[in-house]
Order: sequence, then structure tokens, then C-alpha cells
Amino acid sequence: MDQKTRKTAPAKGVGRRKVITGLAAVGGAAMGSRLLPGYVPYIQAQSSEPIKIGFQVHRTGIGAAYGNWYDRTTTAAAKVINDAGGINGRPLEIITEDDGTDPKRGAEVVEKFATLHKADIVYGTLFSNVVIGSAPRAGELKIPYFVVSEGHHVASGGLNRYTLQPGITDVKSQVAAMAPWVAANLGKKVTMIFPDFAFGHDHRDFFTEAMAGQGGEVIETIAVPPTESAFFRYFPKIPRETEVLYHVMVGPAVLTFVKEMGEFYGDTRPEIFGFIDSLEAVDLNSPGLEFLDGTYFWEGHRRYAGDNPTAFELNYREKVGVDMNGASVDNARDVATYSHMFGCWETLHIIKAGMEAAGYQGPADRAKLIEAVEAMTDIPESEAHPQGAKVFNGKTHQTFGHQNITKVANRRLDLVHRTSIEDGLYPDEVDYTTQPL
Amino acid sequence: MNGRLLDRALLLHLGVIAGLIVLQYWLPAYHHGIVARVLVLASFALGYNILFGYTGLLSLGHALFFGAGVYGAGMVMREFGWPASAALVSGILSAALVSLVVGFLALRTVGVAFMIVTLMFAQTGYLTSLLFNRYTRGDEGFVIPQAARAIGPFDLSDSTTRYFAALLLFAICLLIKLALVRSSTGRVLVSIRENEERSRMLGYNIFRYKLLALVISGAFAGAAGAMYALLFGYVGATFVSIQYSIFPLLWVLLGGAGTVLGPLVGTLLMFYLVDLTSGIAAASLLAVGVVLVILILWFPKGVLGAVRERALPWLP
Repeated sequence: MDQKTRKTAPAKGVGRRKVITGLAAVGGAAMGSRLLPGYVPYIQAQSSEPIKIGFQVHRTGIGAAYGNWYDRTTTAAAKVINDAGGINGRPLEIITEDDGTDPKRGAEVVEKFATLHKADIVYGTLFSNVVIGSAPRAGELKIPYFVVSEGHHVASGGLNRYTLQPGITDVKSQVAAMAPWVAANLGKKVTMIFPDFAFGHDHRDFFTEAMAGQGGEVIETIAVPPTESAFFRYFPKIPRETEVLYHVMVGPAVLTFVKEMGEFYGDTRPEIFGFIDSLEAVDLNSPGLEFLDGTYFWEGHRRYAGDNPTAFELNYREKVGVDMNGASVDNARDVATYSHMFGCWETLHIIKAGMEAAGYQGPADRAKLIEAVEAMTDIPESEAHPQGAKVFNGKTHQTFGHQNITKVANRRLDLVHRTSIEDGLYPDEVDYTTQPL
Repeated sequence: MNGRLLDRALLLHLGVIAGLIVLQYWLPAYHHGIVARVLVLASFALGYNILFGYTGLLSLGHALFFGAGVYGAGMVMREFGWPASAALVSGILSAALVSLVVGFLALRTVGVAFMIVTLMFAQTGYLTSLLFNRYTRGDEGFVIPQAARAIGPFDLSDSTTRYFAALLLFAICLLIKLALVRSSTGRVLVSIRENEERSRMLGYNIFRYKLLALVISGAFAGAAGAMYALLFGYVGATFVSIQYSIFPLLWVLLGGAGTVLGPLVGTLLMFYLVDLTSGIAAASLLAVGVVLVILILWFPKGVLGAVRERALPWLP
């Protein structure tokens, strides 16, 4: 077998829904302009065939840790949707293919979904290079491609009308939202340490710009080659007047990075602010991370539920199988990629809402699906969107939402600030709706 | 080898090209796309085989030449707005130039040292593509817009056009390679592989012949890289990474080093092997490894090498 297929049965009671098909269709037409998830027109599909979602997953390669949790979140979301009756009365079928976190293979996987598996859409890609390598084929094959990547590549206008990112915010928005708080609370003179590849460069460029807008300044940028495994020689390059050290290191060397940073500074250090990407799937109780105590992190979705989690948040954790500390309920050391994986849950619900709004019946309706998602604007916090409310920009195909700043205390991450959606907005760089479908 | 046998070999290769033309009209959509990719990558492997299979030089740096083709085409389109046809030429020339420079330096070494030096050059190229991220977009890469991927009236993003463009590249590379290995130059390359000192004693300028083989091999890699970028619309540092130095070696070993058609067979087998096992999580890599070990144990000269040894001794 060259594929793995999971399907969860829709809840009983679909037959009853068939009885009210006509009423639902009329109601749906009347409410056609209201495209809010959870409040959508219900149109019964004529077919009971499953809707096939091609899930492009990083099972192997550098993205495997993320892929594992994206897979688990997707499985949970699909079950929830199917238990609630599926999409337009049809069950959701998730077909997974490993892309090896490789852009060339990613494009091949998109082709495979479109031409071999006859998937309705492709979804779930995280790593930017795989998204950028795959998007041209999605556009040529005219198959909707819903990515969960947080890269700026969608909103930058570099891709095409068939590629959308409605379930997770992008790096440019994230750093724009962080900069005001960092400048006001930690300091205005920043030194950045980042991996010397595209992800790190995006942080360098966007955060430098955002800090300048706050009257701050990035006084030094230190790019670390991706093959580096020892960091001692980089720390002396940090200027003495640095008030904030900003780090976005990723990969297996991050534990060494933190340990050596601690040894370099000892008891006196500047304020330290990092992106949780460095520590996704890493237990904060791991030896060597003691030095992080008192430092700050960006989190898209908070790993530790805190004292007052919403009912939506509790439901999400229960369904995915994550405890209040962001680890698997079966294994406390199996830490989730919690800050990002909510994007899978929310994107699948956006797809459901879009298909129901478009009256999606099959591949012939793919263009209608794109238009239906483009028409979305305000997305309220709900069971479908436990991370929080969002605003989707149909022109740039990018969603905007709340960000969290947390502080490490007693090997936990406690919330210190939650940004508004407006903090992360920036001017449009593209209008995909002008491209033909 | 007489003229009649040579004709038989030529007919076989023309027959393969004809078969691939017919296949275009018969293949289901998914396999149609796969074969188009395989034909481009097989062109890369054909060039690698000239250096490895016929000249006896094992390079671990061919990703640099493939990447030079990818970036040589993609960068001029992105930065200067060159048309696709000019970009294709740019990709080929870029790779030929890079292979010429690398050859001048690397061919001063032999054996394991040659492998290491070519590997180092390729790694330097890879890190350079990351370092100049502002232009190359590094590991993330960039897209060549669909509208720009056309040569004259031919839209290279169209599946039929793409297939024929890939086949045209493959056919040209195949026939050039066939002509080369049947020429006196090709026989000198084989003599260098078999006994370099004896060839030198016979008066051949070994360095010049090796350099020629390396530049032709590099140009094939560059043509494949440029064509890949144009047909599939993506340019990125992944194409300069070490795996693109290892892939052509595996394809050639699998299909048969020192056989003209071996790289096509090897690329096709490897591609489907990876594709069919990709749904078995990490075990897919294990499955690929086991199959390769079995093939090398039973067919140490590759599939077509074994066929030539046991059934068709005239196979070039």
C-alpha cells in the first residue's frame, strides 16, 4: 500500500438531516453572505461519497516532530467533524502522504493527491520550502492547497490563488505584534541570533523593521550556520550595550545553544526573548534548560493551559489528547508542538465552513470553495477556533490573530501578555482575487 | 563490434525514444507526470554516467552542477526577467562553466581525494546558496511564475508540453551520449577508466579527456536542472544539497554503470520505489535500503549491466 487512509464514521442521525435538506438549503441561500464558522448554510450533498482531504505530512526529514503532532491533531479534528455529521452530510476522509519535508517530493505528493487519489483538496503543509515547492503544482492542477505553515510566502504574493493559509498567522504578523511589547517592557537595543536560512532571515528582516517602528533598534544580527553544533564563538559578538537578546534557534542543537548561553552569561544577562519554535516538542524540564528561567517566549497557542482556560480550549485538549501542560495524556514527556498544531484543527474547520458555504459537491466546485473562503472575514473564538478569534484577509489569503507572550517560571510558561489582532496587521502586499480561477 | 551490431544498438535507443513518445498517449495522469520528472532526472543521471560509468571518476559533487542549472535558469528569470528559452541556455552554460572551474582544480586529485574534493565544492555551493539568501531565497526557495514558463507558443506548465519537453531533453542527452561512447573519444574515456597509466603511455592527454568528460557531465546536469526549474516552477537550495550528489550515483549503480540506458532504468526504478513506499512512514527508507542492497548483491553491475553480461553483450 502506498497510502494510509483514515476515516471516521459520521454520527448517526444523518438520515434525519436528509429530511430537512430542503429547508437547510433554503436557509443556506438566505444566509449565504454569513460565512462565519459554526454559522453556515447547511446544504445536503447529493452524494454520500467521502470528501477526500489529501494530508501532506512531514513524517520524515527535519519536520518529523511537527508532522507527528500535525497528524494527531488532524485525526482528532476529522473525527470531531465526522461525529458532527461530516461536511455537507458527507464524511471526511484523510489520505496521508509523507513528503519527507522535501520541496521536490512535496510537489510530487500534490500531484499524487490530485491525479491518483482524486483528493478534493490538499492540506496541512508546515515547512516553508515544501509549501513553496508544492504551490506551483497546486495552482497548475487547480486544486485548493490549504497550508499551515506560518511563513510569509502566502501573504507576500509569491504563490497563487489556489494556495491559502486561513488557520495560522504568519511570521511577519507575529513579530509585528511582538515588537511593541518588547520595546516597551524589555528594552530598545536588540541583538538577534538566528539560523542562517530563510526562516531566520524572515525574523531578522521583519523584526528589525518592526522595532524601528517602535523607536527601537536591532544593533547586531548574528547568523548561525544551520550545520553549527557549538555556539561559544558567537556569544562574544553580542554588543555589551544589548538590552534584549532575541533568539529563534531551531533544531536539535537548541539544547546546546541554551546551555552555552547560560554558561556565557552566568548570573548577569540581558533580557532574553525567543520564539517557542526553538522548543516545540521539547520538555522544559530537559537538563540544560535551567537558564531559560525568567526569559520570555512568543507562543501562538499556549502550551500550558493556565488558570482560566476557555471551554473551547479544554475541549480541544481533550479531543487531541493533550494534558494541561501541553504533553500527551499518555506520556508526560511526549511534548506537543502545541504552538503551531492548532492550525491544523482550525484549518480543517475553515475547510468545512468553506465547503458548506460553497455547497461543495466535488472537484468541479473547487473554484467556488476558494471564493467562499476568500469571502470569510471575522472568525469568532469557538470550538472550531480554540486558539482565539481571527480575521481572515481574502485578498492576501492570510489569517490574523492573537499572539501570546509567556515567561518561563519554575519550568513552566506563564502568560504575561496577549496581543490584539490589530497588533499584527500590516498592509496588503497582494490581491489574489484578481487572479483567474 | 561491427557495423550491423552498432545499428542494432542505435535502433534500440531510437526504439526507446519512440516507445516513450507512444507512452505519452497511454499513461494515466499521475504516471504521466512521474515519467516526465524521471526523464529530466534521467538526463542528469546520463551525464553522471559519462563521468562515473565510462571515465571511472566517482564524483560526490554533482549537486553543484545540477544546482548551477537550476539557479542559472531561475535567477536570470527572477532578477533580469529573461525569457525561459534564454534561461535554459543560461542554466546549461552556468553548469558547464562551474564544472570547468571545478574540473581544473579537482582533477589534480584522484580516487578518494577526488570524491572528497568534489564533495567539498558541492557543500561550498550549498552554503553559498544559503549565504546569499537575499537573492537565492536559500532553503525556502522561490517560485517561477507560471506565466513566465513558456518557450514561444509552448506553455511548459501544460502536462503534454511538459512531457515532450522532458522527452526532448532526454532524447538529445541520450543520443549525444550514445554518439560519444561509440566515438574514438568515448573509447579513450573507457581506456582511462580501465587503465589510466597505459592510456597516458599511449600518448593521450589524460587531464584533457577527464576535463572534457567532467564538463559534458556537468552540462548534462545543468540542462536537467534548468529544465526541472522551468517545468516544475521551483528553485531552491535543496537542489544543491548533498542528496542531489548521491541520487545520480544510486540511479546509475542501480541501472548499470557504463550502460547508456542504465540511468533511465535506475532512475525509474528508484523513483517508483520511493513513491510506493512513501506511505509506510520512516520504514520507507528502510525498504528502499533493503531493495538496493539486494539489487547490488545480485546485480553488482546494475540491471542493464547484468543484462549485458548475461544476454545482450552488444548493449552499449
